[in-house]
Amino acid sequence: MAIFFDNNSTTPLNAYVLEAMMPFLSEFYANPSSIHTAGRKARDAIETAREQVADLIQSHPSQVVFTSGGTEANNLAIRGAVCGMELDSIAISPIEHPSVRDVVFSLQKQRSVQELAVNSNGQISTDSVAKFIENNSNFLMSVMLANNETGCIQPVSTIAEMVRSSAGFMHTDAVQAAGKIDVNFEKLGVHMMTLSSHKIYGPKGAGALIYDKAIDIAPLIFGGGQEKKLRSGTENVAAIVGFGKAAELAKEKLKENYAYLLGLRARLETQLKDIPDIVLFGDKSERLPNTTFFSLKGIDGETLLMQLDTQGIEVASGSACGSNNLKPSHVLAAMRIEETLAKGAIRVSFGLQNTSQEVDELIDFLKKFTNISTSH
Amino acid sequence: MKLPIYLDYSATTPVDERVAEKMCQYLTVDQMFGNAASRSHKFGWDVDEGITLARKQVADLINADPKEIVWTSGATESNNLAIKGIAHFYQSKGKHIVTCKTEHKAVLDTCRQLEREGFEITYLAPEENGLLDLAKLEAALRDDTILISIMHVNNEIGVIQDIAAIGELARSKKIFFHVDAAQSAGKVPIDLQEMKVDLMSFSAHKIYGPKGMGALYVRRKPRVRLEAQMHGGGHERGMRSGTLATHQIVGMGEAFRIAKEEMATENDRIRMLRDKLWNGINDMEEIYLNGDLEHRVSGNLNVSFNFVEGESLIMALKDIAVSSGSACTSASLEPSYVLRAIGRNDELAHSSIRFTIGRYTTEEEIDHTIKIIREKVEKLRELSPLWEMYKDGIDLSKIQWAAH
Repeated sequence: MAIFFDNNSTTPLNAYVLEAMMPFLSEFYANPSSIHTAGRKARDAIETAREQVADLIQSHPSQVVFTSGGTEANNLAIRGAVCGMELDSIAISPIEHPSVRDVVFSLQKQRSVQELAVNSNGQISTDSVAKFIENNSNFLMSVMLANNETGCIQPVSTIAEMVRSSAGFMHTDAVQAAGKIDVNFEKLGVHMMTLSSHKIYGPKGAGALIYDKAIDIAPLIFGGGQEKKLRSGTENVAAIVGFGKAAELAKEKLKENYAYLLGLRARLETQLKDIPDIVLFGDKSERLPNTTFFSLKGIDGETLLMQLDTQGIEVASGSACGSNNLKPSHVLAAMRIEETLAKGAIRVSFGLQNTSQEVDELIDFLKKFTNISTSH
Repeated sequence: MKLPIYLDYSATTPVDERVAEKMCQYLTVDQMFGNAASRSHKFGWDVDEGITLARKQVADLINADPKEIVWTSGATESNNLAIKGIAHFYQSKGKHIVTCKTEHKAVLDTCRQLEREGFEITYLAPEENGLLDLAKLEAALRDDTILISIMHVNNEIGVIQDIAAIGELARSKKIFFHVDAAQSAGKVPIDLQEMKVDLMSFSAHKIYGPKGMGALYVRRKPRVRLEAQMHGGGHERGMRSGTLATHQIVGMGEAFRIAKEEMATENDRIRMLRDKLWNGINDMEEIYLNGDLEHRVSGNLNVSFNFVEGESLIMALKDIAVSSGSACTSASLEPSYVLRAIGRNDELAHSSIRFTIGRYTTEEEIDHTIKIIREKVEKLRELSPLWEMYKDGIDLSKIQWAAH
């Protein structure tokens, strides 16, 4: 059976989550906007899920807006806040996910857009934040909580404090961080936060925007007025229920899961260091427990990836959303990693279904592969 | 017989077992759960195959090319993408849009948003039977009209608009034509090789597929361009970004496949049940059928019970899950804007019940429904002073009510 080491792109659905979802496909299928008993049952299920999701990041259920996923939540946060409050400028980190980058750059015609700086350890420079704040007021800043490629955790609470003290607005994409590290909406001090279900063993097709109700967000999608008019369209009840259950499980087992994933990674990285010419990215920073991003000098990432694939080991060469193009990772470029080295980058992201034996299989293969590659 | 009896198939439908089975194959760890955008490994490829098949299944039902299908999170998003996408892309050509007062909120509220952005919208009133008068539509068109948006089947009264004829008109004037087909796909034949429709919105959960899933048909010849409303990752040829919910896409594909195969026989059975329901109650006093009966989707019956308040009737009919108006607006106690638009007065609009029959409705359920309706309406009317006055021959419309 194949080994899936690409859990930052998506995760398998947890069996308990599936069990929680199934009745809402077959038995309790009514439209949650219907006022009959069956409809109210679906409504109640959504409200329970709202509590579970709020609980994962210690926010209030009334702060949760369900969306079709992380991409939509990022679009809603950025376009919604910028248009809803008529903000003049936007600053983002250069390592954001395309769903943040692309929506920000789509607003470039009407608003000023600036990129912050990132250091070679994959950390956003707070100096660049300070510099931006000096020259801007009435702005939105978006910095992800943890990067999808390097796993580096960003100083979001520090940045949010700087942003708040100058009356700006702060969004964080916490899609990769939630469920893997302790995330506290209140303590982070951000105005908006994006979450995704399928990164935490929930189903695809559900996400959430968590927001501070003091701010005005303009909706992206108009219609029936669901989700307090912030997101129209019949709710994806089964997926939302699954998202709720996944959030509950993630919260319950946060420490246990953290330790388990960290153990797998330590096993990998300790052995990786035996391989000559290996370069780890962002490993000097605090990282998510499950992510390792590395290059083998002189070896092309795509080649290695295909070789691994023939062995039934699935990894990523960058973010999945960017896999259609073979440009080097924009994250590594921003960290000023040299292009040939960046092109060799492989991301291993562990999930709860992975085992130590699987890690050893990867190591065995890499050792064999580097011996062959360097011997001729 | 299991209670409550579900007669709210236009609000949503249960997922067909065959669909659920397909979806499960793409959900669990031992199966295909990859990210379709991961082109580099096999997990991603298996998923891509499932999506390709689903795209074909959806396209097949409406006789379109799979390349013309864009996945969305549902018909609401499809309607938003179609209308705002055209408006934003072609605004230099004109800023006028024509639609109808009885469209779904997803169309009307999107149009209202465009009004705030400086577009001009004409909201046509339908005739009393719910159908549009094409001459009135033609008269509303202007040189700066860029889009006509008319739904195929109305969600409340089930009437079927003449999409083919409107398409001819739109094409002859070089105006884009969008159709909200959320309520018609799988119920009414759609042939996009024949119909001159440029954009068409679909929902999965109205035809036994999953919620949270829809599609937008975007014609390739002649080409229609849209400004994306959601950015990031460039999925769906740049028109709609975001990780595709594989199990939902596959579920929609299977639902559309089943619909294509079974539509004809299913429609006959459903129409028979609908007619049985109507025949079982239409001898009651003071009841009114809303919308044309002939140009109507087979599973819909919308009836106003004069002198009975719709919400109380729904409560009294607790063994039958029905709507007064559409689900999306049922949270408000406003009378149905659709019934108001076809000229029903407030009282009749308030006393309407929408029965929608579907795949799992049985004859026994219809018999029981007829019985309960007759009983409950009679009971509620017994409690109504207005009914009493009506029975005494007082013309209620002539009464001057005292202000308090």
